[in-house]
Amino acid sequence: MEKKIRVLVAKPGLDGHDRGAKVVARAFRDAGFEVIYTGLRQTPEQIAEAALQEDVNVVALSILSGAHNTLLPRTVLALKERGMDDVLVVGGGVIPAEDIPGLKSAGVAEVFTPGTPTGTAVEYIRSHVGE
Amino acid sequence: MSDDQKTIAQDKERWYKAQVEKTLARFPERKEQFTTNSGMPVDRVYTPADVNVNYTGDLGFPGEFPFTRGVQPTMYRGRFWTMRQYAGFGTAEESNARYKYLLNAGQSGLSVAFDLPTQIGYDSDSPMAEGEVGKVGVAIDSLADMEILFDGIPLDKVSTSMTINAPASVLLAMYIAVAEKQGVPSTKLAGTIQNDILKEYAARGTYIYPPAPSMRLINDIFAFCAEKVPNWNTISISGYHIREAGSTAAQEVGFTLANGLSYVRAAMAAGLDVDTFAPQLSFFFNAHNDFFEEVAKFRAARRLWAKIMKEEVGAKNPKSWMLRFHTQTGGSTLTAQQPMNNIVRVALQAFAAVCGGTQSLHTNSMDEALALPTEQSVMVALRTQQIIAYESGAAETIDPLAGSYYVESLTNTIEAEARAYIDRIIGMGGSVKAIETGYMQREIQDSAYRHQRQVESGERVIVGMNKFQTKEDAPKNLLRVDMSVQASQAEKIKAVKARRDNAAVAAALAELRIAAQGTANLMPPILAAVKSYATLQEICDVMRDVFGEYRPSEEF
Repeated sequence: MEKKIRVLVAKPGLDGHDRGAKVVARAFRDAGFEVIYTGLRQTPEQIAEAALQEDVNVVALSILSGAHNTLLPRTVLALKERGMDDVLVVGGGVIPAEDIPGLKSAGVAEVFTPGTPTGTAVEYIRSHVGE
Repeated sequence: MSDDQKTIAQDKERWYKAQVEKTLARFPERKEQFTTNSGMPVDRVYTPADVNVNYTGDLGFPGEFPFTRGVQPTMYRGRFWTMRQYAGFGTAEESNARYKYLLNAGQSGLSVAFDLPTQIGYDSDSPMAEGEVGKVGVAIDSLADMEILFDGIPLDKVSTSMTINAPASVLLAMYIAVAEKQGVPSTKLAGTIQNDILKEYAARGTYIYPPAPSMRLINDIFAFCAEKVPNWNTISISGYHIREAGSTAAQEVGFTLANGLSYVRAAMAAGLDVDTFAPQLSFFFNAHNDFFEEVAKFRAARRLWAKIMKEEVGAKNPKSWMLRFHTQTGGSTLTAQQPMNNIVRVALQAFAAVCGGTQSLHTNSMDEALALPTEQSVMVALRTQQIIAYESGAAETIDPLAGSYYVESLTNTIEAEARAYIDRIIGMGGSVKAIETGYMQREIQDSAYRHQRQVESGERVIVGMNKFQTKEDAPKNLLRVDMSVQASQAEKIKAVKARRDNAAVAAALAELRIAAQGTANLMPPILAAVKSYATLQEICDVMRDVFGEYRPSEEF
C-alpha cells in the first residue's frame, strides 16, 4: 500500500481566523491524507519544529492577517534550517495576487486564494509531493 | 389552532390538490427541498395557518416587552441607526486621518480596529508582533498613541466602539485618560468595548488569559463602569464572529445569548445587582445573505433575550430586558471574484439589518476579500447605508416585515432552535464549560464544513465564484500597509520609555500586581498604570504573570 501523505496545517502569527484552516484540514483528511493541525498563534520556528517532529511531506499555512510576506518566507527558512528542504510548502488566505510571485520565489510552492475549491489544493498536493 | 386557521388549512389542502399537484406533474420545481441559507426548511407558501402568533404576547409594540418589534418607541423615525464603519490601520496618525475622513463624510460614530499585537497584549517591538504591526488595525502601544489616535476628535461629541477583548480594560482606561486630557469627564463618554472573551475562545482567537480571570476582568469592568462610565456599553456580546466562523443563524443567536447569560450569571455571582449592569450590555450580530432569515433572526434574538432577562434572570428594569445591537454585514459572504458584486451583497445584508431594527451598522467594502478597503470602497459602503436610510423607505415605519406569515414563522423557528441550544449549554454548566469541552467549536465547524461541501458540489451557488465565472485580471490599487510601521512604533516606544517617570511606572505596575493577586477591582490600578505611560504589554504581562495564559486543545 502507498504511504499516506502527511500534512501539517498551521496558523502562523497572531491571526485568529481558523475557519479556513479547519475546513481545509478536514478536506485533506477526507481525501485520505494524515493531517496534523497546530492550532493558533504559531511562530515560524514552532511550525518548522512541528513539521520535523511529525515528519510531514507538506506544510499548509493559512493566513488572513496580512503578515504573509513576513511569516511565510520565515517558515520556509526555518524548515530549511532543520534540513527539511524537501517539504512542500503551500499557503492560503487573503493574499493579494501581486504578493504571490514574491512568496513563490521565497520557496512557497503555491498560494491558494479565497474561493479555491478544496479539491484543487488536494490535487495540487497529490501531484507535487515527492517530486 | 383557531377556527380561522382550520379553515385556511383546509383551503390550503384544497389548493394543493387543485393547483399545485397539476403544475408539479408538468413542471417540477427547481429543487426537491427548499431551505434558508442556514438550512431551515422553507414551505411553498405561508398562510395564517402556518404560524402561531399571539400579537400582544409575542410581538407587542416597539419599546415594550418583549421588544420583538424594536427597542425604542419611535426607532428610525426619531434618529437613524448609527453609521459606524470599522476602521484602523498602520499608525495612530494614519487612522486618525481615516476617522476624520469618515466623520466628514457623514459617519455618525467611530469604530476602532486594532492590530493583532494590540488585541493580544503585545507591544509593537515584541518578537511576537513580527510582521503584524498595523496590519489589520491600528497599533496602540501606550497612552501616547491613543492621544494621537483621537487628536482633534471631541470625545464628548462622538461615540466610539473599540473592538478589543482580552485587553479591553487597558484600552478603555486609555480612552478615559485621553478624554480627561480633553477635559471630558468619564461620565460623558459614550461608546462600546467588545470585551466578549467567550466568543474569542469559541470563534475569534484573540484570548490571552484563562476563562476564570478573564471573567473576573469583565465583572470588574461592569462594576467600574456602572459608577464611573454610565453611558458606556461595557460589552458587545458577539454572534458576528460565530457566524463568520461558519455557524447557522440559529446557532448565532443561541450561542450568543448563552454567552450573554453566562456573563450575567457570573456578574451576579460576583455580587453585582443585575439591574445595575444589564442596561449597559449590548450585542453584535452578523447580517448574512438570506434576507428574510436575517430579519427574523434579529427579531427572534430580541424576544428571546427579553424573556430570559425578565422571566429567568428576574431583572426588574425594562432596560435590562432590551437587546440593543450593532450589525456588520457578513465578511465571509464576500467573494474575491468579481468584487463589484459585493456591493450588491452588502446592500441586501444592510437592508436586512435595518428591517431587523439594528442600533448601529457597519457595511463591508467590496474589496475586503482581497485586502483592507481603500478609501473609495469604504465610501461606497457608507453611501449604501445612506441610500437605505434616505431613499429606500425602510426607515419610515417600524419593523416593516412584522405580520409577514413567512417572517413570523421564521422568527418562531429561530427562537425555538436558539432556545434549544441555550438549554443544552445550560445543561452542560454554561458557556465556559461548553467552550472548554469544544462543543460550540464543533457545532460551528460542522456547519462550516457542510457549507463548503455544498459550495463545492454546486448545490449552493455563489454568483461569480462557482457559477457565472468570468475571466478577470488581478485587482489593482489595493490598500497596502507600509512595512515601516513596526520600526516607527518601536521608535515611539523607546521615546515614551525615555521620557516617562520609570519609577512611577514600576510603582503602578506593582500596585496592579497586588490587585491582580487579590480580589480588588482591577480598573483603578490599570487606569493608574496607563496614565503613568506604562505600555500595553507591560500591563498585560503583569496579568499574564499572575493569571497565566489560555492554551486551547485544537480539534478539526
